[in-house]
Amino acid sequence: MPLYHDEDQTMLADTATSFMAEEGNIAKQLRHWRDRNCKDGFGHGLWKQMAEMGFTGMLVDEEDGGLGMGHVEAGIVLEEIGRNLTPSPFLTSSVLAATALKHGSSDLKGRYLPGLIEGESVFAVAIDETAKHRPSRITTRAEKSGNGFKLTGSKSFVIQGASADMLVVAARTSGSDEDEDGITLFAVPKDAANMSHDAVRLVDSSMATHTKFDGVELDGDAVIGEVDGGREILNAMLTAGRVGAAAEGVGVARGAMDMTIDYLKQRKQFGKLIGEFQALQHRASHLYSEVEIARAVVIKAQQLLDEGAESAELMSSVAKAKVAKAAGLAVKEGVQMHGGIGMTDEYDIGLYMKRDRALQEFLGDAYFHANRVAELSGY
Amino acid sequence: MSDLEAFRQETRQWLEANCPPEMRQPVRDDEDVYWGGRNATFKNDAQKAWFEAARDKGYTVPSWPKEYGGAGLSPAEAKILRQEMSRIGARPPLSSFGIWMLGPALLKFGTEGQKQRFLNEIARGEIRWCQGYSEPGSGSDLVSMQTFGEDKGDHWVVNGQKIWTSYADKADWIFCLVRTDKDNKYQGITFMLFDMASEGVSTKPILLISGNSPFCETFMDDVKVPKSYGEDVPGYVGEINRGWDVAKYLLGHEREMISGMGGGDRTAAIGSAMKRLAGKNGDDLDPVLRSELALFDVDALAFTAMAEKFMDEMKAGKGHPAQPNMMKYVGTELNKRRHELMMSVGGSRSLEWESEETGGGKPSRNWLRTKANSIEGGTSEVMLNVISKRILELPGS
Ligand SMILES: Cc1cc2nc3c(=O)[nH]c(=O)nc-3n(C[C@H](O)[C@H](O)[C@H](O)COP(=O)(O)OP(=O)(O)OC[C@H]3O[C@@H](n4cnc5c(N)ncnc54)[C@H](O)[C@@H]3O)c2cc1C
Ligand SMILES: Cc1cc2nc3c(=O)[nH]c(=O)nc-3n(C[C@H](O)[C@H](O)[C@H](O)COP(=O)(O)OP(=O)(O)OC[C@H]3O[C@@H](n4cnc5c(N)ncnc54)[C@H](O)[C@@H]3O)c2cc1C
Repeated sequence: MPLYHDEDQTMLADTATSFMAEEGNIAKQLRHWRDRNCKDGFGHGLWKQMAEMGFTGMLVDEEDGGLGMGHVEAGIVLEEIGRNLTPSPFLTSSVLAATALKHGSSDLKGRYLPGLIEGESVFAVAIDETAKHRPSRITTRAEKSGNGFKLTGSKSFVIQGASADMLVVAARTSGSDEDEDGITLFAVPKDAANMSHDAVRLVDSSMATHTKFDGVELDGDAVIGEVDGGREILNAMLTAGRVGAAAEGVGVARGAMDMTIDYLKQRKQFGKLIGEFQALQHRASHLYSEVEIARAVVIKAQQLLDEGAESAELMSSVAKAKVAKAAGLAVKEGVQMHGGIGMTDEYDIGLYMKRDRALQEFLGDAYFHANRVAELSGY
Repeated sequence: MSDLEAFRQETRQWLEANCPPEMRQPVRDDEDVYWGGRNATFKNDAQKAWFEAARDKGYTVPSWPKEYGGAGLSPAEAKILRQEMSRIGARPPLSSFGIWMLGPALLKFGTEGQKQRFLNEIARGEIRWCQGYSEPGSGSDLVSMQTFGEDKGDHWVVNGQKIWTSYADKADWIFCLVRTDKDNKYQGITFMLFDMASEGVSTKPILLISGNSPFCETFMDDVKVPKSYGEDVPGYVGEINRGWDVAKYLLGHEREMISGMGGGDRTAAIGSAMKRLAGKNGDDLDPVLRSELALFDVDALAFTAMAEKFMDEMKAGKGHPAQPNMMKYVGTELNKRRHELMMSVGGSRSLEWESEETGGGKPSRNWLRTKANSIEGGTSEVMLNVISKRILELPGS
């Protein structure tokens, strides 16, 4: 497959670009909800509109009512989400949770997927238990109890945890904390008794929760996939989520870069446009190069994932790490090249810096993934 | 089975039968590469066999038309051949400035007679070319060059000096920028072709910091350059006084080549190989060095994806025409970083300048040689200038 968008994908990209710029833009969404201190951190109206556009169920199989598209397509939407800093449950619900639900029983699919596809429901994923992404270590326990399970433990930084109608929770059903095996995924409904959320607002104005499970009673049919066999589904979910986060990160990088290049063409100092100074030109050109390369590896990772290639896992980590570096550079240079105005809340460039920071941590930062590249390559 | 799938099977079988195992190893130094030319010698039988098989199949220049010595492969077929060669780690059967630089310029600007003669010679590795662009006073600011050709009717008399002419002492012919109109900066340069054995051409080697000397100063002292080498074979490419267009087009190809995409693995991931080397040198990887290697591999693998995307887009006529400048900039900076890391992993062993163990100091000599990557073919700074002007459209100063 050539490493660019085919005709259908280009059409989707055009649609997504104009939709997100019109409906998902910073003034209408991010600033709007932030300035109102919205408890969800995103607008349900937009989520409904995204459903009407056919975005929410892109990765859901056709026989389950979705569009049966791939990660290249989801990435197109995510890049525009990134570019407009659109707060939305797309990544957690339509990419991560939807990937997990692919492995669920038809009962689970029937219960949750229609709501997702229609933009009525929002899902969250609860994996990490510490401030750094460490999916190899899961201590939250689910013990057999009657026909079902009793869930005990806690998860941190569950994005949109308090707004979610269902949480995909990774818990240990056997073995010790560091074991590869013995993990089970559960679909935990919003109204489960003995679950509590401690909500925090993050630097990018998104909402996360520290969620406690204090003996949450779950039916046996809350299990996604097989008991003790959840690691594989968890890994599939993580790979999809990382590639998705990388696509969103490319959007953030491009948004910040475009704003900055525009500014260099407008701002005058010393009687010249600052874009005439070679000191800034070279840094801008370097930045452009890094962002282009990040885009290339993201589409490579998306295609490999859609092909089901073995190397998708390695390339997902390469993509996540490369994007973290490139987008990090884009926002830092963005603020610096805007001068003093870049430090003000009124200008959008700082919002890019905040979103980038949150995305970098989500599902593993550049160091986590570079380390993973080394491990997967045998050193 | 689709035609392309069939082509892949065929290619795989052909490579299996024709590419000797010795030719399926990374290129370590100049001698591992066959450059062709009147006085060429092969390093070993395997190199000879591989070159000859590829030449007969048109695979020294797979996408050139068959009548010019190529295999006439479509873009999709050429990509498959590249993929299959890189899958088995095959070396390029022939390397030459003729293939990378002059060939594409002739395909675009040459007459039919020039194509018949010169392209075939290049494809068959018969004539080795060198490039006469730079002058002592004109490097980055190439268009300021002064070598002058006086018009004498059916020929020019050329006087001047070129510098940095790679392998001028080994080359048979030179493609050379010569000023033919002193009053016109851009439209006063002619792109001439002449034999290095012509009277008045002399070369003097330049010793590099790597201790090697593949570069020369080239002196032209009343050299007679014919305007024609026979019917429909002019002694210049394009139009007289419009050689700058050809030169610029050709620089694009040079930049692509130097960025390490020509099937080379100069920017490939190195971590796992370095782990083995570190073990051999009596120690495991220092954790901090390991992390540098991992971050390098992230960049290298991402760049490889970029190179693939760039090729795909170019074949489809998409992408920005100034992107080779970006590839050149990033590819060469990565290659320098790669060799810095290799030096660190090698430790004291890599300092040996002359020893059997290091093949005559290859690690350090190669490391030093890479420092030219971001200078030759246009410096990194000049690449960044081009990106800001032509892609980002930042205002001129
Ligand atoms: C938090 C904060 C507190 C401040 N406090 C004060 C204060 O108390 N009193 C006060 O008077 N001011 C204050 N300032 C203003 C500060 O001094 C200016 O922001 C600063 O001088 C930069 O000017 P500028 O913001 O107009 O950016 P610009 O001059 O517009 O610069 C924009 C970008 O162009 C670059 N640039 C500009 N000229 C060149 C050039 N010739 N070559 C290369 N690059 C160039 C800059 O480095 C920058 O990256 C404060 C600013 C901030 C952010
Ligand atoms: C190993 C090697 C092989 C070569 N092979 C060939 C060959 O086969 N044929 C051939 O014709 N030439 C060849 N060259 C020459 C090469 O193209 C020139 O060296 C190159 O273009 C730089 O020119 P220069 O050396 O005169 O440096 P200069 O142009 O003098 O540059 C010196 C420094 O100033 C910087 N600089 C210059 N202009 C600007 C600007 N506008 N903005 C910012 N920075 C600037 C440069 O980036 C560089 O860092 C080779 C060079 C090397 C080192």
